[in-house]
Parts: sequence; structure tokens; C-alpha cells
Amino acid sequence: MHDTVKVITGITIFLILILFPLWYNGLTGKAAYVPELKVPVTEKQCVESTPYMKTRHMELLDKWKEVAVRQGVRTYVAKDGKIHTIGLTGTCIKCHSDKEGFCDKCHNYAGVKPHCWDCHNYPRVTAK
Amino acid sequence: MSMDRRKFLKITGLSLAGLTIQPAFRLFSKPEQKRWAMVINLNACSKKDGCRDCIDACHRLHNVPDLANPKDEVKWIWNAPFERVFGGQGYTTLNEVLKNRSVLVLCNHCENPPCVKVCPTKATWKREDGIVMMDYHRCIGCRYCMAACPYGARSFNWKDPRPSINEINMDFPTRMKGVVEKCNFCEERLAKNLLPACVEACKEKGLIFGDLNATDSDVRKILKSKFSILRKPHLGTEPKVYYIL
Ligand code: SF4
Ligand code: SF4
Repeated sequence: MHDTVKVITGITIFLILILFPLWYNGLTGKAAYVPELKVPVTEKQCVESTPYMKTRHMELLDKWKEVAVRQGVRTYVAKDGKIHTIGLTGTCIKCHSDKEGFCDKCHNYAGVKPHCWDCHNYPRVTAK
Repeated sequence: MSMDRRKFLKITGLSLAGLTIQPAFRLFSKPEQKRWAMVINLNACSKKDGCRDCIDACHRLHNVPDLANPKDEVKWIWNAPFERVFGGQGYTTLNEVLKNRSVLVLCNHCENPPCVKVCPTKATWKREDGIVMMDYHRCIGCRYCMAACPYGARSFNWKDPRPSINEINMDFPTRMKGVVEKCNFCEERLAKNLLPACVEACKEKGLIFGDLNATDSDVRKILKSKFSILRKPHLGTEPKVYYIL
């Protein structure tokens, strides 16, 4: 066949275009971007260890909302034996007072939109 | 069938021994379950006309929005004309003073709550202590509960309530557009051994709160000494808000 060159060129251009997000982010260094979170300085350790909180905070909060509202259990015993009051505003936000700099930053990066803040308060709401 | 004397005595003895099971069971089971109830003494309540202390205390504490349009209104505790509260219960010949009174109303925390029966997501349910609770996380806004409640005790959030809350109480969540809300008998305060906010706010001591199962509780004492009425008792919902006229 006489069109080999044309076909190969076509395939190459197609691949370059479709893989655009990969090479573009690779070349510009965007792929290596990790959101920088504003971690509270008041406490050294969250309710559980940092790796646990990073990957499973949503499961913990899900459990919290279930036991607090439905079973009336208001305290949580952490793995280190410390007792914490269950509460998003009262406990989490007490330290992570910069919601925009902490929660939102990572959630925006990961493209998740939790509904917690539709009802649970954080400092900005009172300031209006 | 024939039974000799020996067999008869054996069976009788066993049956009698069976009677000891219940007391023994009670001895080792947990203490009596609480059953929260409220008494509204209208004689004390109507002393000061136009008083809103209990309503303001509740609505401030629970971030209940102040929406001007009555169609959008959200309320946990409010005043309603006597006719609207006890109308159709045969009190038509009651004295004029009573009939012109406004009556404080809130969720009755019914013993047989029809609102609970119809909720498709179990967002509302009756706790062991009798409080009819709402789990706002689960409410899908179908409003079946509002249709089922014979007392109009529930409100729907047609709008985002936040802009209409004067000062947000950080310690209690707000609600969002599309969920139903109502009085929770201050379960978050009861958990801390505090009385409901409305009861505490009433300077006339018109609201009395306590455990129906405890013979020495304030509610039991006042219910024993005074005649009280319920809202629509013929429906069988068994309200736990009692009224003294
Ligand atoms: S008063 Fe209405 S909302 Fe309250 S428990 Fe009874 S039926 Fe449900
Ligand atoms: S018991 Fe609590 S939630 Fe219910 S009306 Fe009184 S203050 Fe409001």
C-alpha cells in the first residue's frame, strides 16, 4: 500500500492529542502538584494518626454522625485511648479552623463535594 | 386424660416456680426506661400577654430561621389560637376567657407517632426514651411526615434557612433547603442533664418537664394533682405534651 506514511502520521497525531493531559501535566510539572494544606498548630495529633485521617476521615465522620444522632453516643475513644467529643464543629473545626485552607483545598483538588457544610457551622458562616 | 396426684402436684409446683421468673428478670435488667414528657400550665403561661421567652430561647438555640412570609415559616414552638389547638374536641362551651387564649404548641413526641410510620428513610424515628427524633442527614424532603402529623408540628425548609438566622449558634447545626424540621425535646441538652431550653426560659414556670416513668418526677406530681387534657386524644397518638387549663 502507498498510504503507510499517512496512516502512521495520523495515528501519531491522534495519540499526541489524546494523551495531551498526560504529557502536558508531566512537562509543566503539574502532575507532581500536591495541595498544601494549612494544618493546625495548636495540636500535634488529630483524633487518629495522620495516615489514618488522610485516607479514612470520611469513614470516621460517617460513623460519628450515625452513632451521635441515631444512638445518642457523644464520645469517641481513639486508638490511643483518648476520649473525644463527637462533633464536626465542636471537635474538628476547633483545631481545623481554616476550613478553606484545609478541607476545601483538598476536596477541590480531589473533586469531591461533601454536603457537611450545608448545615454544620464553621467560623466563616457566623462572620457572614 | 387421667392425672395422678403426684403428677398434678409436680405441674403445679413448676407453674408456681415460673412466677418467679419475671421479678428475677426485673432484678437483673437495666433500670426503668425514661419517658420524657412536658406539661404546659396555661394558667401560668398566659399571665404575661405577648411573652415569647420560651419561643425565642428555643429558636435562638436551634438556629430556627425567622422567615417573614407565613408560607415559608419554620417553627419548633409557637402560639396558636385555642380554637385551632383544641377545636373539634368538644370544648365549644368552654368559658370565654379560655377560648380566647392562645396556646403554646410544639411536637407532642407521640407515643404512637404517625409521622414515624410514614417516613420512607427512617429519618424520623422514636428513641427508647420516647423522643421522636429527626436525622437531618437522612431526610429527603418528601414531607410525608408533615402530611401524617395531626398537629402540624413540622416545618419544611423551602429556602436555605441560613440567611434568615439572625445570629447563628455555632454549637447547633442549621438545616438546609429541602428538609423537614421540628422540636427535638432538647435531646442535646437532656444528654447533659439540662432541662429543655423553653422550660428553663419560662419565668412563670408554666412549662414542666420530666420523666413520666419516675413517680417522683415534676411531671408526675403535677399530673397527679391537676386535671390535664391532651390534643386530639381520640386519634390514639398518645401525645406526651399535657395541658392544664
Ligand atoms: S406531634 Fe406530629 S411530629 Fe410530633 S411525634 Fe406526633 S405526629 Fe410526629
Ligand atoms: S423542648 Fe427544646 S426543642 Fe422542643 S420546643 Fe422546647 S426548647 Fe424547643
